[in-house]
Amino acid sequence: MSAPVLFDLPGPKARARIRIATVIGSLLVLAVIAFVLVRLGRNGQLDPQRWSVLFDPNSGVPQALWEALLRTLRVAAVGMVFATLLGLLLAVGRLSDHRPVRIAVTAVIEFFRAIPLLVVIFALYFVLPGLGIRLSAYAALTGGLVLYNMAVLAEIFRAGILSVDRGQSEAAYGIGLRKSQVMRLVLLPQAVRRMLPVLVAQLVVLLKDSSLGFIIGYFELLRQARSLVEFFTPRFGNQYTFQLYVAAGLIYIIVNVLLSQLAKYIEHRSRRSPKAAATHAVVLPDTPSVTGQTSI
Amino acid sequence: MVQFFIDNFPLLRDAFLKTLELSVLAGLLALVLGTLLAAFRVSPILPLRGLATFYVETFRNTPLTVVFFFIIFGLPQIDFAVGFFTGAVLAVGLYTAAFVCEAVRSGINAVPPGQAEAARALGLTFGQSLREVVLPQAFRTVIPPLGNVLIAMVKNTSIAAGFAVTELTASLQRLSNANGGEILLVLLAVVAGYMLITLPAAYVVSRVERRVAILR
Repeated sequence: MSAPVLFDLPGPKARARIRIATVIGSLLVLAVIAFVLVRLGRNGQLDPQRWSVLFDPNSGVPQALWEALLRTLRVAAVGMVFATLLGLLLAVGRLSDHRPVRIAVTAVIEFFRAIPLLVVIFALYFVLPGLGIRLSAYAALTGGLVLYNMAVLAEIFRAGILSVDRGQSEAAYGIGLRKSQVMRLVLLPQAVRRMLPVLVAQLVVLLKDSSLGFIIGYFELLRQARSLVEFFTPRFGNQYTFQLYVAAGLIYIIVNVLLSQLAKYIEHRSRRSPKAAATHAVVLPDTPSVTGQTSI
Repeated sequence: MVQFFIDNFPLLRDAFLKTLELSVLAGLLALVLGTLLAAFRVSPILPLRGLATFYVETFRNTPLTVVFFFIIFGLPQIDFAVGFFTGAVLAVGLYTAAFVCEAVRSGINAVPPGQAEAARALGLTFGQSLREVVLPQAFRTVIPPLGNVLIAMVKNTSIAAGFAVTELTASLQRLSNANGGEILLVLLAVVAGYMLITLPAAYVVSRVERRVAILR
């Protein structure tokens, strides 16, 4: 952290000022938390009995949320596998020696990166039926995730392949390997090691995006919470609404934080790995384009 | 088909303007809040640092849909009900602020330490050296990544479609019972609408970048 450069080691006066600011800052944070808690408490949302429904197997809530989590993870897993395979194919296509292939593949990649993911999903869900193809919410969600992420991953793969030192492919051609062999045996194994952290980071993005299933009615965590609320409301009123929403949101956040930690760990490990030695750091080109390099 | 387009043109135009409005308002909120958070993250006051770090880590790991969800359905629980459009601005703005903060912070870290040291040596306070010396330089290096974050944000405003805001993506859902050729036309119009925002935005960003570029 470069922070210490921005301020001197505080002297007695500054220390006193910082201490006062610290106290005021902490008080402000505590005040906000207290305000939220008081408001929640006044509305009876902190009642332990209201929260116990989340852990009571008789209510069916834990099971429903667990299944919803599995459905969320399933979409993310299936989406990731297909997006990775197609992305790999597109990346190789974009690096092809044949101009027409290169142009076509580039067009596909840029198109899918330029439009919002939700538009892709809506196109599959609302536009395709007009053309006589009807997809389930699951297929539309997974399809959208695959189409969008394969384009993002293709760029990541391409950056990774290009990051392998040129001497590697030259040497491979030198000992008489064919193009496909160079890619398969020499470039990809080295590139993948380097790309692993970025790949896992993209998996986090994909998992986050699976929550879009809520909008088209796929029963992932949020939609499941909503439907549980709709199920409970006639009998108990709004008693459990807030609790169910918080639970669904928290599960998403926890799973994502765990995956992010995994990404950090992998990055830390691969940084010292001697096997990735012949590659440069994978840096996606930092020029702004329509597509926006960052997927957030 | 032409007739269909003419009939629905007002709807598409309003939807486009809604997306534009949402993008501009949320972008402003994200820029202001994100810069503030970045200043917090490098400040000498520990609770502020902790608060900003917590904010960024939480929002970066939360799906935008969940943020929407909490703002639309959660805020009423603490007696803060907001309208759908206001909620959308808040959700997209608060979410993007975390990414703006990270971009600005990496920019602050990219400013050579000598600059901050010189500012300190001249007797500027933390606020002054940040305001007068470090941030103006940081914003220059940070313009390309910031542009990327904002362009991604424009695409993210589409999620408001799921929360009763009739912006571009929602018009796709609205007109979904049109026949095959017509709905394809709507899809094209929607895609074109997003390009109409992101293409000029990318152009402006690259112009600004060249304009303020400094030699190091």
